[in-house]
Amino acid sequence: MSEPLIQVRGLRKIYRVGKVDVAALRGVDLDVPGGEFLAIVGPSGSGKSTLFHIIGGLAPATGGSVRIGGQDISTLTDAGRTSLRRNKVGFVFQKFNLLPNLTAADNIAIARYIAGRDQKPEPEFEEVLKLLGISDRLHHKPAALSGGEQQRVAIARAIVNHPSILLADEPTGNLDTENSKAVLEVMRDLNQRLGQTILMITHNPEAAAFGHRTVRMRDGRMVE
Amino acid sequence: MTVKLVLENLKHKPVRSLLSVLLIAVPVTLILCLVGLSYGMLEDSQNRARGVGADIIVRGSNASSVLNFSGAAMSQALVAFLEKQPHVKMALGVINHPVDLPLILTGLDLDRFNRMSGGFGYVAGGPFRSPDDIIVDEPYAAQKKLHVGDRISLINHTWRVCAIVKPGKLTRLAVSLKVLQDLDSATGKISQVYVQIDNPADVNAVAQQLREALPGYPINTMAEWTAMFNVNNIQGLREFIYVIMGIGVVIGFAVVCLSMYMAVFQRTREIGILKSLGGSKSFILRIILIEALALGFGGTILGIGMSYGAYWLIRTLVPASIPMIIVHSWWPKALLITLLGAGFGALYPGLSAARQDPIEALAYE
Repeated sequence: MSEPLIQVRGLRKIYRVGKVDVAALRGVDLDVPGGEFLAIVGPSGSGKSTLFHIIGGLAPATGGSVRIGGQDISTLTDAGRTSLRRNKVGFVFQKFNLLPNLTAADNIAIARYIAGRDQKPEPEFEEVLKLLGISDRLHHKPAALSGGEQQRVAIARAIVNHPSILLADEPTGNLDTENSKAVLEVMRDLNQRLGQTILMITHNPEAAAFGHRTVRMRDGRMVE
Repeated sequence: MTVKLVLENLKHKPVRSLLSVLLIAVPVTLILCLVGLSYGMLEDSQNRARGVGADIIVRGSNASSVLNFSGAAMSQALVAFLEKQPHVKMALGVINHPVDLPLILTGLDLDRFNRMSGGFGYVAGGPFRSPDDIIVDEPYAAQKKLHVGDRISLINHTWRVCAIVKPGKLTRLAVSLKVLQDLDSATGKISQVYVQIDNPADVNAVAQQLREALPGYPINTMAEWTAMFNVNNIQGLREFIYVIMGIGVVIGFAVVCLSMYMAVFQRTREIGILKSLGGSKSFILRIILIEALALGFGGTILGIGMSYGAYWLIRTLVPASIPMIIVHSWWPKALLITLLGAGFGALYPGLSAARQDPIEALAYE
């Protein structure tokens, strides 16, 4: 059996708050095969976001291991994690996090630029933009876009460099029902059509139902 | 894309950007005006010295600076002595009396001056007709709004403007040699002697011959003399310019540091976004530095523009007292000074931005 795309073993993360150690992750194990759309649910403080940050290379682990495509990222330096974010991971955030001064097209182009690629995406990416329904909104700045459009631009930006993993942290948390549904359908389409591996953190069971599988976290551990 | 991001950032907060540019422009203007004033005054003195038509200048034994503000330390008998020397065609002794510095009232023998220099270019009026007559040049007349026949008070003496002449010959204010000698209680004394020789090609040999005849007197060819009208030869001027340059760097540094610190603070979340996209520390630092350099460049351009405004104002209000010029060769220096200040000013905020934790930055509201 081939190794999963993401393999997490005994992952621990301890934050130091003043003089007190706070354990955010207490030994998490998780396997995610390539092409899976996985939903991670759990109450606030359960460690979902911390797991998201470590898998995405935004924070180092305290212990345990995380392997992505066979590479152990838990031992990476800051520069190594930067490279990971640039090449292997795409993020979608609850608050969209588009650069407000740039147009939608430039928000996508800057991800290409940072990754050292030609700023103009490949011609095939036009199809993705059509799938996302933002082809005619690319020359607008985020302030001129609806929340749903902003999130779809954020998804386009996240996948424009063909990352191994798309990490979505409450992607529908700031959207109304209609836009939430549209964004989730787009993510499912990306998963089905492009085989994009997606890890989605959500509080919303309806959103989680869009994934192939749902795992739950509580008190820094996987509970099922 | 970096440049585009920087430009969009600058456009996003236009008031901050414009204020920063304006504050950077002020020291640039200050530097360019100071240099323009220094060089302008020296160039003006140089041109007027050349306009005399002399080949050699003999100064008093106590002369120390090229800008001769000293009194009359030489005997007028030296003029006759010099005229007896081989190859000397004629000599012109003048007496200088500083009025409103850097303006100097010069007493001269108009006939001799005319013979040596070809005479003043009269715009209005004519030569001295009475002891209280004064000849002024056009910039001075414009500055004081004088016309022929007007009376002015200088060195506690009332003079009648007998002529307005074109600038560029010896002095802006000329009166009779004897009258000024009497007023200064320096009868028979002069400040310096201009010497014209029979063959200008022999000027170095004649100057050497005069040095041997008059040991202790500073004697220079006019070429040597006008070359001395240089910032480096005016005591303290170069240091003064350096001090103003230093102040310019410090102001540029402080403005950019404050401005970019505010910008980094306001853009904490955007820095987090760039980091989440894989932006390295050097990439973040580069964005901040380029933005600061853009502000510095804009400030220099505006400062150059403002120096033209100052030039126009000075030329309009005090053309005789402050003959400012625009020194183009200082534009790249001003740019370099500003960019240095801006670059150093952006280092701390840039490094702070580069070191930001991406998770904390993304959580910033």
